[in-house]
Amino acid sequence: MKKNNSILLSTPYILWMVAFTLIPLGVVGYYALTDPDTGVFTWSNIRELGTYLPVFGQSIMYSLVSALICLILGYPVAYYIAHRGAVMQKILYMLVMLPMCMSFLLRTLAWVGLLQDTGIINNLLAAVGLPRLQLIRTPAAVVLGMVYNYLPYMILPLYSTIVKIDHRLIEAAEDLGCTPAETFRKVTLPLSMPGILSGLTMVFVPAVSTFYISQKLGGADTVLIGDVIERLYKQGNNANLGAALSLLLMILVFVCTGIMNRLGGDEEAVVV
Amino acid sequence: MKKANKIITIAIFIFLYIPMLVLIVGSFNEGKSLARFDGFTFEQYAELFRDPDLLALLGNSLIISILASLIATVFGTFSCVGINSLKPRMRNTVMSLTNIPMTNPDIVTGISLSLLFVFVGTKMLGQRNSLTFWTLLIAHITFDLPYVILNVMPKLQQMDRSLVDAAMDLGCTPIESFFKVTIHEIMPGIVAGAIMAFTMSLDDFVISYFVTGMDFVTLPVEIYSYTKKPIPPKIYAMFTLLFLLILVLMITMNLLQLKSEKKKARG
Repeated sequence: MKKNNSILLSTPYILWMVAFTLIPLGVVGYYALTDPDTGVFTWSNIRELGTYLPVFGQSIMYSLVSALICLILGYPVAYYIAHRGAVMQKILYMLVMLPMCMSFLLRTLAWVGLLQDTGIINNLLAAVGLPRLQLIRTPAAVVLGMVYNYLPYMILPLYSTIVKIDHRLIEAAEDLGCTPAETFRKVTLPLSMPGILSGLTMVFVPAVSTFYISQKLGGADTVLIGDVIERLYKQGNNANLGAALSLLLMILVFVCTGIMNRLGGDEEAVVV
Repeated sequence: MKKANKIITIAIFIFLYIPMLVLIVGSFNEGKSLARFDGFTFEQYAELFRDPDLLALLGNSLIISILASLIATVFGTFSCVGINSLKPRMRNTVMSLTNIPMTNPDIVTGISLSLLFVFVGTKMLGQRNSLTFWTLLIAHITFDLPYVILNVMPKLQQMDRSLVDAAMDLGCTPIESFFKVTIHEIMPGIVAGAIMAFTMSLDDFVISYFVTGMDFVTLPVEIYSYTKKPIPPKIYAMFTLLFLLILVLMITMNLLQLKSEKKKARG
């Protein structure tokens, strides 16, 4: 009797999630397969997707590069935090999380202030007599914006994995004659694999779908798929084509996270 | 090696905080540009509190994020109890449903909800304006719920089940035992989930941008509309105040966690 009652508590939640996550995805599919004016079934939105493959490719490139840079920069930080005392760990963890909670738009605008032609960095360069640089509206600026915004998403899962690594394993490796570099390569790194994979996913997914960073920090040649979808949906009034692109983006992300999960699963199996 | 790690970590923290420092310094700047400091002033803060429109937008953001996180917290906590008593297979299905908004890109979640509301509102109900305060609230509750579930669920599973059995043996009804025993045990998870949901709602731009209508706009959506005209520096003053608010919230959350850990260590 009591068991049945508490099971009933999950019913509203299941209904809510079906109504507001599954059904909306179905509606996206419906729009992707209908004509904007007549509402009749059509393949034309799907056929048009081919035109956008270069933009997809560009988005994937930018977000992969950003995710890898995040990994290279984030790993030492996560490693450092994981090897502090308990209180210091909490403080540093909070300091990594704090920027994630602050307005992502304003923080990106601050980078515009730093990088623009008459921005802080160029003013400093000019003050010491160096020539001004073209920093904004470059591919590098877009990557910088992505790395800056999503680096915490890399550090946090890395930290959670590294902090759980059994210290005795590292001591054992050292006792058995491994140099610190060998210990790292043979013990610490393989054991951090789940964190690395989830960090890569957590950076890749928002980066591949962003539209604000590329609009603010990029130029005419750094249009990403998020920009195209946003323009079609909000300004171009072609919600149907926008829906078709969203569908493709979603499939892309699900395939990527699926691959990551599969790799993560195998990795864990190898370790155990 | 260890020293290099420390230097990289310090450098990364500087990198993470410089843009925020730029904004905070900008809030005390007499001039309008972030790039040049023209002199120290509190004028931007005075401007902020003299601007009813901007305060109304901040109010809108706070209303949505407080309401959505409260509803999601209560709803999510009870749902966890329900999900926890499901059979493992069904529970896994429900948890993958929970993961959909977490793994889907925000832009897809935003567009899918927006299309749903437009489809139901315009095509099925014949409304002229189908994106309202209520649809925005539904969207926020939807993306807040997973944060609550993912924070409460582990606490519920770690909890000693014999505590509930003991309460029931002593004559508590299931509802009484929930309010007298379970809720205290899972409180840290509830608080962490609520705070995460609140900050996610407060800062959400992408989903709100697609789901928002004409009559109810939140602060991030308004900030996005400053693309052509320059941002008024009073926005930086607001950023600084929100920064302090979030800082206080986070410190509270950490102190609560420390306290509950200490209690556990003692008990």
